Amino acid sequence: MTTVLTAGLGLKPQHYDAALACPAAGLWFEVHPENYMVAGGPRLAWLEAIRSIHAISLHGVGLSLAADADPDPAHLARLAGLVRRIEPALISEHLAWSVWRGTYHPDLLPFPRSSEALARIANNISRTQETLQRRIAIENPSHYLKIDGHAWDEIDFLAELTQRTGCGLLLDVNNVYVSARNLGYSAEAYLDAFPGEHVMEIHLAGHAPDPNLGVALLVDSHDAPVAPEVWTLYARLIARIGARPTLIERDDKLPDFATLLSERGHADSLLRAPLAMAA
Amino acid sequence: MNTPMPGALARFQDAFALALLTPEPAAAIPSEVAALTTQPAFAVYRNTVMKGCVDALQANYPAVARLVGEEWFRAAAAVHVRETLPAGPTLLQYGSAFADFLARFQPAAELPYLPGVARLDRFWTDVHAASSLSALDPAAVAKLTPEALAGVVLHPHPAARWAWFAEGPIYTIWSRNRVDEPLDAEFDWRPEGALLVRPRDVVEWIALDAAGCAFLDACAAGRTLGEAAQAALRAQGDADLAPLLATLLKAGAFGKSEIQQPSLTEQLT
Repeated sequence: MTTVLTAGLGLKPQHYDAALACPAAGLWFEVHPENYMVAGGPRLAWLEAIRSIHAISLHGVGLSLAADADPDPAHLARLAGLVRRIEPALISEHLAWSVWRGTYHPDLLPFPRSSEALARIANNISRTQETLQRRIAIENPSHYLKIDGHAWDEIDFLAELTQRTGCGLLLDVNNVYVSARNLGYSAEAYLDAFPGEHVMEIHLAGHAPDPNLGVALLVDSHDAPVAPEVWTLYARLIARIGARPTLIERDDKLPDFATLLSERGHADSLLRAPLAMAA
Repeated sequence: MNTPMPGALARFQDAFALALLTPEPAAAIPSEVAALTTQPAFAVYRNTVMKGCVDALQANYPAVARLVGEEWFRAAAAVHVRETLPAGPTLLQYGSAFADFLARFQPAAELPYLPGVARLDRFWTDVHAASSLSALDPAAVAKLTPEALAGVVLHPHPAARWAWFAEGPIYTIWSRNRVDEPLDAEFDWRPEGALLVRPRDVVEWIALDAAGCAFLDACAAGRTLGEAAQAALRAQGDADLAPLLATLLKAGAFGKSEIQQPSLTEQLT
């Protein structure tokens, strides 16, 4: 029998002990694999200990799939090693670039969605999936800039990637909300058009107004609880597409584990409604 | 083979990467991306990249940060980031050039101990992330005759790092700031060495004299213990070799041993 993943939490070193001791059913943890690409030592030992109790999702930030370059073979090999070691339940990356000509920019950078970019990214996803021998999920990024010259709508672009590569999608509802507010479109319409059958995972996180521009520019800051508007969008989404493994992401202004677990419990209770209907 | 002309995506990424680290719209940035930099939202990317790099340096160099204070540290780190961005997404490794940067960073000229402290912070990270391998059991060495011992090669443990700092008491300054000890305790200004190890999960450190550092340097170069002992004596004429070897073995500084002369094999087993 396979365990049904319900709601999960981003795993931070400060919470290792609490995560190890937490018995919540269906709980899983997500980490950035880049933080565990070490030869040995306590980090890997902790991850393996938690893996022995809970499912793990590897959520990469360093493959730079949208760069006009092959994924770095050394980085891909390290990821493959970690995948063999941890046997994660889910593997995901972003529709963005971060590594370019031997330099890493710690962010998820945008690009014009052209047919050239589509072909390159499909190639990079296929290469990754072949190396890992796993299907990966691709996440919709947060948008801040109005870029002229997108030849493709983002949803069509993502759907085409699933067709060409067989990859899945990671739908970040907070990113949809932030992007819709920043670029001036309807988050509801975006979510309603999203190809639900390909969604392997959902992300929820907090955002913040830009310190200089205020609410005119929302930043995907991961430093606050999930906003009420994002919870509403999430409920609307899973009512349509059904339950999916859902992660509460928190990277900054980290509260104690109990607070995160309670936020995770809210997602869990929303998720169980469609799960019960499907049973 | 001819290098193909970069496509539109590559040209965009060249220009965007350049613009991320260029404060004002510069003539060198092609117009498509230069126009993007005029949107206030472009600052989100600039700020996120800079914050990610500076945060990583602050996480990797905590003793340096404590010594100079967070504000000074982040300002200096930002200068370093503009010179040297991370080479890859494993940010634990970022900052390998930070100690050298501090050595030539003019505002740090009055803090001559800072590069050494940065080197020891780097050692800590290297040791923390090094491969897990059992340390050599001191008992395996204890039963050797002195003659056999002289022919043995002991390889430093992959998680062992050591250095001699002729410029001052770097080990004392670093270790006090690594564990938040009070800064006002007095200490002598003299050269010091340090050894960092990770016999199990936790990084540990001890002071190491010049003889110990020279001894480990020789072991790392594949020399026999006899040759390493001579190197230790050259570095420090009054070195007491038996206690030194015992200290290194007890700390877990060695990973595996190797017998140089086949005739000695039976004495090791």
